[in-house]
Amino acid sequence: MRNEVRFSGFGGQGIILSAVIVGRAAVIYDNKYAVQTQVYGPEARGGASMSQVIIDDDPILYPKVATPDIYLIMSQEGFEKYGAVAEDPSVMLIDSTLVHSRPKCRCIEIPATREAKLTLKKDIVANIVMLGALVAATHVVSEESLRKAILDSVPKGTEDLNLKAMQLGLQLGKQP
Amino acid sequence: MSYEDWYRQDRLPHIFCAGCGNGTIINCTLAAIEQMDWKKEDTVFVSGIGCSSRAPGYILTDSLHTTHGRAIAFATGVKMANPDLHVVVFTGDGDMAAIGGNHFIHACRRNIDLTVICMNNQIYGMTGGQGSPTTPKGCLSSTTPFGCAETPFDLCELATAAGANYVSRWTSYHVKELEKAVKVGLETPGFSFIEALVQCPTAFGRRNKFRQVADHVEYLRSHSLLKAKRDRMLENGEHIPEDMYIVGEITRRKRPAMGVKP
Amino acid sequence: MTRTEFWQGNTACAEGALAAGCNFFGGYPITPSTEVAEHMAAKLPKRGGVFIQMEDEIAGIASIIGAAWTGARAMTATSGPGLSLMMENIGFAAMTETPCVVINVQRGGPSTGQPTMSAQGDMMQVRFGSQGDYAIIALCPATVQEMFELTVKAFNLADKYRVPVFLMADETIGHMREKVIVPDTVERVNRKPLVPGTLPFKADADLVPGFPQFGKGHHVHVTGLTHDERGYPAATNPKLHANLVQRLVDKIENARNDMADYDVINPGASRVFIAYGAPVRTVQQVMYDLNDTDIGFLRLRMVWPFPEKALAEFKNAKAFFIPEMNLGQMAREIERHIKLPVISIPKIGGELHTPADLISTLEAHP
Repeated sequence: MRNEVRFSGFGGQGIILSAVIVGRAAVIYDNKYAVQTQVYGPEARGGASMSQVIIDDDPILYPKVATPDIYLIMSQEGFEKYGAVAEDPSVMLIDSTLVHSRPKCRCIEIPATREAKLTLKKDIVANIVMLGALVAATHVVSEESLRKAILDSVPKGTEDLNLKAMQLGLQLGKQP
Repeated sequence: MSYEDWYRQDRLPHIFCAGCGNGTIINCTLAAIEQMDWKKEDTVFVSGIGCSSRAPGYILTDSLHTTHGRAIAFATGVKMANPDLHVVVFTGDGDMAAIGGNHFIHACRRNIDLTVICMNNQIYGMTGGQGSPTTPKGCLSSTTPFGCAETPFDLCELATAAGANYVSRWTSYHVKELEKAVKVGLETPGFSFIEALVQCPTAFGRRNKFRQVADHVEYLRSHSLLKAKRDRMLENGEHIPEDMYIVGEITRRKRPAMGVKP
Repeated sequence: MTRTEFWQGNTACAEGALAAGCNFFGGYPITPSTEVAEHMAAKLPKRGGVFIQMEDEIAGIASIIGAAWTGARAMTATSGPGLSLMMENIGFAAMTETPCVVINVQRGGPSTGQPTMSAQGDMMQVRFGSQGDYAIIALCPATVQEMFELTVKAFNLADKYRVPVFLMADETIGHMREKVIVPDTVERVNRKPLVPGTLPFKADADLVPGFPQFGKGHHVHVTGLTHDERGYPAATNPKLHANLVQRLVDKIENARNDMADYDVINPGASRVFIAYGAPVRTVQQVMYDLNDTDIGFLRLRMVWPFPEKALAEFKNAKAFFIPEMNLGQMAREIERHIKLPVISIPKIGGELHTPADLISTLEAHP
C-alpha cells in the first residue's frame, strides 16, 4: 500500500509542519516508511508553500512524488499552483474557507479556518483541523499515530488546543 | 632560562635579510613570554604567509604556519578548541590587512583571546617589494612605481573600532616599550593587537631613500609621536603632522571576550 | 539498542557527527547545507563542544584545521560556492595531513546557480580543486540513513588516514526527511598518536605519520610549505618534494581497495548502472520495476578514491550507464578505467532523474 500526499497553502499556515507530522506518524508510530520533501526558495515564503509525503509499507526507492493520490490544499494560490492539475481517481481535501475553486477530482470540503476560528478561537490550528480531516477521510495514518505525532511536534502549552483541533477535523472529515 | 631557549637551534641560520627589523620583534615577544612564565608545551604560535610569518618556524613550541591572510582564522580554531593554550599570532601588513583583513576585524569583534603581533614593514618584503595597504602615500614599491596613491590603513584605529580589548603601536626602535606592550597584550583577556613598525632595507628602504638601516630606524624614531603627547597637542589645538606615527597604548578596555581560559 | 527517527538528511548528518564525537564545528551558513550548522549550533554547546560561526567559508575550514591540531574531531558544512572558497585551505589540510570533515550539500552551479535545487556538480572539484597533486576521500549518501552513517565513517577515515574527508551529499538527500534507525553507539577509529622520539612527519608502513597533537610537548612545526620529516620547510628540495607529494597521494590511493565502499547487484548482467547519491534511488526504482537480472548495478558509497576494481566484478558487462546530476563528471573517470561503452545519463537543472529518464536510455541502448 502506497500513498502520495501533496500539501499546499500559504506561508505561515503550517503546511510543511503538517507534512512532517504525517510522515512522522507513519514512520515512528505506524512503523511504515515515509519520505517527506518540500519546495524551498523565496517563492515558497510569501506565495504558495508545498510539501509532499510518500507513505509506503515497503522501503521507498524513488523519493519524489509523480502523481499525488491525495491533495490537501489550504489556499487559493496553492490550489492554482499545485492543486489544479488533480484528476480522478485522486481525492482532494480543501479548506473551503480559503479556496473557492474546485478540482476535477473528488473533493472533500472542510471549512477548517472558519471552524478553527469559531469553535477554537484560534485559526492558527486550521492545519491541524485539516490533518484530522485527512486521516478521517483517507486513513493514510492511524488516528492514534497522528495524535502522537502532533504531540511530538507542537509547542509546549498548546497540546490541548491542537488535540481539540484534530478532533474537530476528525468529525469534519468523516465520510458517509 | 633565557628567551633564547625558545629558539629552535636546528633551524638556524634564519632567512631574514641583514638589517631586517623582524628579529627585534620576535626577541621582544619571546622576552615578554619569558616574563609570563608560560610553558613551551602550552604555547602555540600561528602565522600566515610573508616574512613575519616565518617567525613561528624558529620557535620551539607547537606552531602552525598557514595560508596567506588566514592565520587569525586558524588561531581562532586552536584557541576555541583548547582555551588552555596560549595562542600568539605573528603576521604582517600584507597578510593581515590586505588578504586577511576580514578575519582581523572579525577576530577583534569577537574579542577572542589571542595576541596578534603585526610586523608592519609597509611592503610585501618576501616577494620583492609590492605595495601593501599600509604603504605610505607617495612611497615607491614595485607595484606603485609612480608613488603610492592610496591612503594607508591605520591598523590600530581599525582594531579599536572593531572591538579589540588591547591595542598598541611601537616601532623596532622602541624595544623596551614594545616588550612591555606585548606583555600587557599577553596578560589581557580578549583580543590584543600590537603593531610594530619595522624597517625593511631590502624591499622598502632601497626604494625609499633608506638604504642604511640606521636611517630608517632613525626615521621611525623621529616620526613617532606618543599618544599622550598627541592628545595634549589636540587639546591645545596644535597641528599634528600627517607623517607622524602615533605610538603607545592606543586602547585598553575590558569588553566581554571569547576563548578565555576558564 | 536502536531508536527510530524521522529526520531530515542534514539533521541526520549533524546527528552522525555528534555520535562520532565531533566536538568542534566552524562554518558559514549556506543553502542547502544550513540545517547542519543550525543543528550543531543547538546541540554542540550542551555537550561541551564548540560551535563557531565564522566570517566566511575560508575562515570556517581554517578554524576546523586549527581545532583539529588540538585533537578535536572537527567539521564544517557548506555548498558549492563555499567549497570553492575553501579550496586553498583544503590543500593546506592535505599537505599538513590534518584530519577534518567537510560536508558539502551540492546545489546547482556554476556560481550562485540554483541555491535550493539539487546537483552533483562538485565531484571533480572536490577531487582536484586545490592546486598541486594530492588525494582526498569523498563519500556519497543516497539515503537519510546514510547521511548519518557516512558522516560517522567520514570522521573515522579522516583520523585513520589523516586527510580531509568529504561527505558529498546533494540537496535531494540533504533536505528530504525519512526513516532513520539510530544506534546507541557507533564505531570509532582514533588517529594514531606520534610515538615520542619519532620525527613528526615520518610516516609508518601505512604511509601515515603518528599525530603530534598540540599542547602535548611535541613542539611540532606545521607548515603548508614542502617540509621534511621534522616538519621544517624544505621548499626547494626537488627530491624531498616529490617524495612528500607522492606519499600524500599514495597513502590514499594505495588504500583504495581497503576502504572501498560499494554494493554489486546482479554481477552477471550485461547492462550495468553505476550511481552515487540521489540517482541511486532512481536506479533502485528502475531495478525494482523492471525486475531483470540482466541489468546490474554498482552502487557507490565512496567515490574518491574511485574503486575501479569494482568494475571488473561485472564479468559479462557490455555497457555501463551512469546517471549523474551533472554533465558526466564521474562517467569520464569510469571511461578511464574500462574499454567498454560508458553511457553518461547527465541531468542538470536541479531535479533528480525520473525512472522514465533511465528507462528511455536503456531502451535506446538495447
